[in-house]
Amino acid sequence: MTTEVITPVPQQADEQILPPEYTLKEPEPEHCPGPESEMAGKADACNGCSNKEICESLPKGPDPDIPLITENLAGIDHKILVLSGKGGVGKSTFTTMLSWALSADEDLQVGAMDLDICGPSLPHMLGCNDEFVHESNSGWTPVYVADNLAAMSIQFMLPEDDSAVIWRGNKKNQLIKKFLKDVEWDNLDYLVIDTPPGTSDEHISINKFMQESGIDGALIVTTPQEVALLDVRKEIDFCKKAGINILGLVENMSGFVCPNCKGESQIFKPTTGGGEALCKELNINFLGSVPLDPRIGKCADFGESFLDTYPESPASLAVLNVVEALRDAVGDL
Amino acid sequence: MENEEDLGPAPSLAKVSHIILILSGKGGVGKSSVTTQTALSLCQMGYRVGVLDIDLTGPSLPRMFGLEDKSIYQTSEGWMPVKVKTNALGSLSVISLGFLIGDRGNSVVWRGPKKTAMIKQFIRDVAWGDLDYLLIDTPPGTSDEHISIAEQLRFSEPDGAIVVTTPQSVATADVKKELNFCKKVNLFILGVVENMSGFICPYCEECTNIFSSGGGKTLAEQFEVPYLGNIPIDPKFVEMIENQSEQEENLVELYGRSSLYPIYKEIMKKVLDQNRPSRIPEENEITDKLKNTTIDDPEEKE
Repeated sequence: MTTEVITPVPQQADEQILPPEYTLKEPEPEHCPGPESEMAGKADACNGCSNKEICESLPKGPDPDIPLITENLAGIDHKILVLSGKGGVGKSTFTTMLSWALSADEDLQVGAMDLDICGPSLPHMLGCNDEFVHESNSGWTPVYVADNLAAMSIQFMLPEDDSAVIWRGNKKNQLIKKFLKDVEWDNLDYLVIDTPPGTSDEHISINKFMQESGIDGALIVTTPQEVALLDVRKEIDFCKKAGINILGLVENMSGFVCPNCKGESQIFKPTTGGGEALCKELNINFLGSVPLDPRIGKCADFGESFLDTYPESPASLAVLNVVEALRDAVGDL
Repeated sequence: MENEEDLGPAPSLAKVSHIILILSGKGGVGKSSVTTQTALSLCQMGYRVGVLDIDLTGPSLPRMFGLEDKSIYQTSEGWMPVKVKTNALGSLSVISLGFLIGDRGNSVVWRGPKKTAMIKQFIRDVAWGDLDYLLIDTPPGTSDEHISIAEQLRFSEPDGAIVVTTPQSVATADVKKELNFCKKVNLFILGVVENMSGFICPYCEECTNIFSSGGGKTLAEQFEVPYLGNIPIDPKFVEMIENQSEQEENLVELYGRSSLYPIYKEIMKKVLDQNRPSRIPEENEITDKLKNTTIDDPEEKE
């Protein structure tokens, strides 16, 4: 036992699959059909090739649906991704508030799309959980929360409110494609896209599918504590690798003011300087911080607009400032 | 698709008595802190604990246990989990993809098949050795990681899942989906824990339900599963995690003195009292004998 050779397990990060870049474990064999061809991973030469798994998971040739997606999204001026490596930091809450803040301007047409297939929260927060999507010849009609606010989520298609969507990545990708290709978004000034946590199928796919239509950029949401920032760093790294422009970062749940004594506490302590320090370090636009207000969660539970219900609260003002800064970043103001 | 080796329990888990998964449909509800607290509590009680982190794109456990600069080593027996220092009777070791990523800011951009392969490796190739408890921390959702771990453990008879939620209805809505997932894949539910339930103001002691309250209990009643209890928001826990490297005491000791330990011990008691059978047959014979003695209790016979 003691004389045994102990070797470190090789690091895994250099094996990432990010279309169109990939690293093969060995050179292509003699009769290789080509890692990106239709037959990748399926040809005779693939059996026993150590690249098989890599090739199978690669995109096969140019996707014929991408031009259709580009056409369907042609009437949308600004497309914003709401991202965070970490779950529960307020991506959906922020997407909701952003949608409401934008649609408060009657001249703007706004769409909100929920890419979180396994844990959709947007319908709940927008107060349209019980609606259904209508299918017609020309495609799917999104659910209208207001005259100028359309929403799309898998929640509208579930047989029961709490049905589990037990899908592997591939199936999720197909649905995301349908959301982009077959939903009648019409002309929108803004399409705000809520995403699940992580850097996996949904994130790779949305970037790939919308490459031609163009994404204005990503709004990164974080909370102040280092455990969250750690995951958010990964998301920022992903954006850089995938070529997604970062519009800015917003720090959510920063500081809590006791409603009883007005004393302020840091519930998610920014031991490493929080979102602002991270922005400085990585040279990212810091859009502001939004304090923790228990009424935000309550409004989300009831599907009400926090901004309309408590327009004077510090949190509302902070959110509106972030929205301004964001519109500025996409060149709308 | 199915290899022969996939049929049957993983040999690497042969000496693991109990397997517990920590699940939640929602992100950021505290799966990793509940996993950490479960591990620290069990270790404090003298058990040998292993922790497996299958949150591949957002691994938090290395930071939680203060192991960020560590790496995994390979021996002829398999991958060696990273040990956490402890003076308690129990032991604590961790496996996470976080140990296999060079820079801590690097992202792991993997689609499903790659994640599935990694999880398979984590289940098959790690030399856990003798463990009383293996805890598996999962990412949010009901997708690749969850399907894969359910597949990998299909023949391994896990004890079941601790499901974590926060009180607000937006969170419980997602957690309901997770409970339905458990039913679908026949994963036993050990119970529901409500995390972040209430915050006690350090100035005036007033308790504010930031994310409302009671959602976890309602959820457990609705699904007829045990309600294990609630954990308040305690900024000191985050502080303890963040400052552990500067402390003389190790994390297990620090946690043992923290105000959360008595609360969490009650929660763990409700899990342990369920007396789920050990995965190791010989151990069950012993517990069966113990059980038989209690069945002989005259009151029970009446």
